Parts: sequence; C-alpha cells; structure tokens
Amino acid sequence: MKSVVIIGAGPAGIRAAQTLVAHGVRPILLDEAARGGGQIYRRQPVNFKRSAVKLYGFEARKANALHQTIDELREQLDYRPDTLVWNAEDGALDTLHEGRAARLEFSRVIVATGATDRVLPVPGWTLPGVYSLGAAQIALKFQGCAIGERVVFAGSGPLLYLVAYQYAKAGAKVVAVLDSSPFSAQARALPGLLSQPATLAKGIYYRSWLTAHGIPVHQGATLKHINGEQRVQSLNWSNSSGKHTLDCDAVAFAHGLRSETQLADLLGCAFAWNPLNRAWLPQRDSAGRSSVAEVYLAGDGAGITGADAAEIAGERAALALLEDNDYPIAPQRGVQLEQALGRIDTFRHGLERAFVFPENWATDTADDVMICRCEEVRAGDIREVVREGHWEINRVKAHCRVGMGRCQGRMCGAAAAEIIACESQRAVSDIGRLRAQAPIKPLPFGLEIEP
Amino acid sequence: MIEVDAVIIGGGIVGASAALFLSQAGRRVALLERDFCGSHSSGVNYGGVRRQGRPLSQLPLSQRAHEIWGRLPQLIGIDGEYQRSGHLKLARSLNDLRALQDYAASSQGFGLDLQVLERSELRARFPWVGEVAVGASFCPDDGHANPRLVSPAFARAARHHGAQVHEQCAVGAVEHDGQRFRVSTQSGLELRAPWVLNCAGAWAGKLAGQFGEPVPMHAGHPAMLVTEPLPWVMNASTGVEGGGIYARQVARGNCVLGGGQGFALDDARARPGQHAVIEILRQAVELYPFLEGAQAIRTWSGTEGYLPDRQPVIGHSGTQPGLLHAFGFAGAGFQIGPAVGQALAEIICSGASTTSLDAFSITRFHSISVA
Repeated sequence: MKSVVIIGAGPAGIRAAQTLVAHGVRPILLDEAARGGGQIYRRQPVNFKRSAVKLYGFEARKANALHQTIDELREQLDYRPDTLVWNAEDGALDTLHEGRAARLEFSRVIVATGATDRVLPVPGWTLPGVYSLGAAQIALKFQGCAIGERVVFAGSGPLLYLVAYQYAKAGAKVVAVLDSSPFSAQARALPGLLSQPATLAKGIYYRSWLTAHGIPVHQGATLKHINGEQRVQSLNWSNSSGKHTLDCDAVAFAHGLRSETQLADLLGCAFAWNPLNRAWLPQRDSAGRSSVAEVYLAGDGAGITGADAAEIAGERAALALLEDNDYPIAPQRGVQLEQALGRIDTFRHGLERAFVFPENWATDTADDVMICRCEEVRAGDIREVVREGHWEINRVKAHCRVGMGRCQGRMCGAAAAEIIACESQRAVSDIGRLRAQAPIKPLPFGLEIEP
Repeated sequence: MIEVDAVIIGGGIVGASAALFLSQAGRRVALLERDFCGSHSSGVNYGGVRRQGRPLSQLPLSQRAHEIWGRLPQLIGIDGEYQRSGHLKLARSLNDLRALQDYAASSQGFGLDLQVLERSELRARFPWVGEVAVGASFCPDDGHANPRLVSPAFARAARHHGAQVHEQCAVGAVEHDGQRFRVSTQSGLELRAPWVLNCAGAWAGKLAGQFGEPVPMHAGHPAMLVTEPLPWVMNASTGVEGGGIYARQVARGNCVLGGGQGFALDDARARPGQHAVIEILRQAVELYPFLEGAQAIRTWSGTEGYLPDRQPVIGHSGTQPGLLHAFGFAGAGFQIGPAVGQALAEIICSGASTTSLDAFSITRFHSISVA
C-alpha cells in the first residue's frame, strides 16, 4: 500500500507527523539526521548530557516540546532516521539508508526539507577556520565544539546575533560581530518587526547582551578579506569610518538562509520567483498545497519563515492533506494557523528590511574570489562566460562548471546567480533557475539494493 | 525578410558545423535554435569521440570526422577537452570477444588500427579493468571530449565566420513557394533561402513529415552520471560489447558513466531515472573496481532520435528539392557530427558530398508506413 510520507523531521515535519497521527494516519517520516529536531533544534548525540537550556537558550521550551513530540510518536509512525531521499520521480522517493538504496512509493508527501545558509563569498572564505553561521551553531549544539578560540561573526540575518550570543555564553571568545546591514535599515524595519514583539525582544536582547559583555558589534560593516596561510589568522573589514583589521582564528558568516528546494523540483512542483527570499521557490497555497496534487510543502524548504512558522506550516499542510483525503478536520483550526502564519510573514518582511541583502556584493567581488569551491570556479570565470553572451544560469553552469560539483549549487548557486545577473545587467530573477538534478546528495558506487 | 543561402534548423553539433563550413565557404547562413546551441543531445551526451563499433557504412564519414577532430582548436577556437586517449571496448564473454575480433577483421582498411587484447594483455595494459572483462578491442586514436563545450563552440565559430545564429528562436512555419523556402520563427523572423537543412535532432521528424516523408523515429534518453574527482586511472574511454555501460575519466579526475535509458519529462526535457542510475552504480564496480566507494554527484539525460535501424538520415529529401536532412544519430552523433555538417555544406557548395551518403537516405523509409 502506498504511504503518506513526510520528508524532514524538523519543526515542520514533526508537527505534520503529529497532526496526521492525531487523525489516525500512520505516516512514514524520513529524516537525513540521526535524531529528529531539524537543524534549529538539532539534538546532541544520545550519550551527551548537556541541558536543553544550555543548548537552546530561550528556545529550550520549544526544542523540548518538539523532541518530546517525536519521542512520544515513535510507536505511532514509521520513523526512518539516517535516510537520505536522493531522488523523486513518478510517485516514488528513492532513499539511501546505511549504504542501501530503496524505493518508497507514496500516495501523498509533505516536503519539509529546511534550509541552509546563504553564503556570499569573500576572499579567503575557503580557508580552514571559516564556517557558515549555521555550521558554527551546529558544531556547538551538536558536538559542544566551538569553531575556534577567537571567533568573528559576520554577514547578516537573525542568526548572526543569535550564534554570536550562543558562542559567548558557551565561553568562546567572540572577537566582534560585523553586521553588514546599516543601523538605518534596522530602524526602518521596526514597524514590521513589532508584529512579533517577543521575537523582536529576543533579537534586541542578544545584541544588548553582546554589547553589555564588551563584545564589539558593528553595523554597516562589510567583511572584506579573510587572511591566513594554513588557516584563518585575521580579517579585514570596512565601514564608513574606514578600513580595519581583526586578529581571529575562526570566522562564521552568512547572509540569511536559502531554501532546500531540490526535492520539490524533482517532484515536479511549479516554481515562482520570490523577491523577499530573492530566490525561486516552489509555489504553494496558504495551506501548503503545491502545484502537484500529491505534494505538500511546509517549513523553510519552501521559503524562509523560521522555526515557529515551520511548526505552524507543518500542521497546516498536514490538515490540508487530511482534508483533501476526506478526513474530518476542525475547520477553524486551519484558519487560525493561516492567520498565525500571516502575522509571522509580516515580521519576516520586517526582518528582510532589517537585514538587507548587500546589493553591491556582486559588483564589489573581485575576479579572483572563489565562488564554487567544489569545482574551483572564480567570479572572473563566471564573468568571462557571461561576456561570451551567456546569461541563463544553467547555460553558464555548462560552460564554466559553477554549481556542478558535490554540492550541486546548494552552496554557491545564490552567489553565482548574483554574479551572472550583475555581469549580464539583468535582474537576478531574469537569469533562469538552476535545475535540480538527482542525486540531491552524493550517492556511492557499490550500494546495496533493496529488492 | 532575411535572405540567406541556407536556413539551418537546429543548433546541435550537426547544424552548427554545417553553419560553420558553409560560412567558411562564403555562404550566407541563418542557424535557428529553439533553445541554446548545443544544449540538447549535442551538449549533454556522454562525450565519446569514437569510431570503433560503428556500422561499417558509417566509417568513411566517421574517419572524415576523425580528421576534423584532429584540428579542433583551429576550427572552433578551443580544445574542448578533446583527447585521443584511445577507446577500449570490453568483452564480458568469449562470444563477445569473438564479436570484437570479427569487427576488427571486417573494419580493416578504414583506418581504425584496432588491437584485440586477450585477457592477459588487457590486464597488463589496463590493470584498472575488472576481472569480469575477458578481453577487449582497443582503438588507439579514438578518445573523448567535453560536449558541453565543443558543441556550443561550433555555433560560436560559425557566428565568427559570419553566420547568423538565432538562439531561443523556435521555427513556426516552413513552406516552399516553388522557388525558395520561406521560414518564419515564433519570434517573428521571416527568412528566405533556396536551402533548408533539417538538423533538428529528435524533433526533426515533424519537418520531414510536413514535406511528405514521415520517419519512424522515436526519442531515447540515455542515462548519464558523473563522479566527484578521483585519482586519475582511466587512460582510455571504455565501452562494452553488446551494450551496457560506458565510462571515461576527464583530466580533472571525474569519471563520466552512461548506460540504460531514462525517461522524458516532456517533449524537450528528460531525466535519467533511478533505475538506470542504480544499474550504473551496480554494474560499474564490476567493470571498474576502483570506483567502489566513490560518489556519484550528478546525473542527467537528454533527448535523442532513434530510427529502427539505428542509422541516421543524412542527405537530400526524397520529396522536396533544396531540403536536406541530418538527424536520428541514435546516441552516436557527437563524433560524426562535424563530418555530417561538412558533407551537407559540400552538397550545397559543390552539388555532392565527397563521402557517399547513400546508406543514410531518407528514402529507405518511404515505403514504410509509420505506426
């Protein structure tokens, strides 16, 4: 019998699973990680004993609630951790679990694949000691490791202050926080941000805490260059008052998050340009229905809205799935959830205004900056292909290999798009969309095949 | 109204090389490509540049192509990662080895210089080949290239020599007014020319049908994948007698493997499909044990035209003077494509191809009713 499948056991996937179970459905929950929680509420290994407050701070209650939910659901769903979905076609998902390939047919699927950092490279970003903000946070949450002893946090987005705060709290030396967004932008964004006063308060708290503990926080600060021979030794940054240097042994940087949309693409979902995310996203209605009848979307994988929204969207998508299969559901619940999502969306608009995308990044990026580290493609290589007359991103990829390597553009795609758009003098929405190709993550030769 | 000597429909390697050779000969050419030049089969194929294994009837053209490939940089301005690594065709049984020996014997005189290797010789010369191979046939001057770079470069070179290249320019109507062809595109171009070259690959059947000579062509979708860069071991491009999988390693270290069939997403796009991908991953380690534990990072497919006899259609229309066809290369058009383009140019410039195209006439399908 074909199953109802959820891909991803983060906030969206777990709430979707809970909702389905509550209505008598026994879904299959596939997750690439060993333990449920997603990236934001990633759980430490079983034998680690740090407290939730220590790991998740203000979010400890939410993290605990989510972990408890999946633990309690264990008997009522078919939970398959350590399972990569590497391909989707024809009403089936292709999975890889402990070196074994298998195929899973589904009747309906909720795609809750989450997000990764949006990385805008700077010279020196491939040096050992440079991490994305999300990776720096995971090192701390999951393994209790810091990425260095003297760390600079740079870029923009809510994660910037949160991770810096978490590092400082954990006892790491935070050398500085370099926020590329100017203070004026954040002041302008305040009306939108006030729609979620508690979340705004936390953001303000992190920043105030950092300042109160003597950690320099610079706004309108651009990370220019990461220096070092074998690994990070210092960095250069600039602001309106001039050029500066900081000694450090690690850097964490990112400019917000980007959605993991490849599975939605392979499943055939229609995509549309989303100016707020500055990305192509699978289209969905307010309940999470995609353009494909059997496919539902929830959480950051379909557009960045954060963990709270992901929980709500997971439940909403599950209700939509139930409704479409004639299960009786409480009609007002869907309305409430969509209203809550609407409020978060207002906040999200505010965030985007507060942490503005650095529009001049592509112009300011020198030709020798590595954009695609898998294939070692530099900004100048991309520009050269554009100057030959190519502007469509898949075409540029074919000519210079950008996005062709191990990460399949998950890491470099956003940056490559900015360079192509800038060089071809087109809008970033007018250069096409990097097509997803299986496998979503590398697939080993010699794998076993489930009959 | 654009007046040219030839309108070429399809910017794959065949159409683009015809455009290049015609422009070099001083002819006015318009190359019309619905998508981007070399972005379909010509650009996403496996990249084999191989004469070995072709039907004998193709060998004169293929040999001619071999010479063209030999001067690729002068012709298109890039080396296209072309290397004459040799092509090793593996036999998995003694019967298969016998078939390779027979082919080596019958293809003598065509310039392939095939060397049939028994098991011990194969082990000694190509130690990375798995035990499953009992012998092989080696063609030392065959090789491989990067189709993503080579095929678009033919179009670029054609433009450089004066050809008009119109990309994202789908053909609307093609008519003949008794004197000339009138070609209109969906983008609003109007062209007139005494010659039309139908080089539209898997989509060429429509135009042939419109001129009263339908062909029983179907679309195929070869499955392909590539590994992360690996230590360099494969000093030859490989294939297997009787089909199966084929593999090569590029200078960067990535291994490109193909085999089996994918599926169409729509008229223009295809995917390799999990079945073919898994089959490649499974079979490859028998033929190439060094791949055990390596990672495949990307898969893809394309859309290619196949005729029932797996031979292309090349040459004059049987119904419409001035119309030339070149399509249906059955997944083996990359190597031979430049010679086909040159042969088409010769027909226009001097009345006939210096290499016989009789075996590839579209008239072989005239008496066949198309299902």
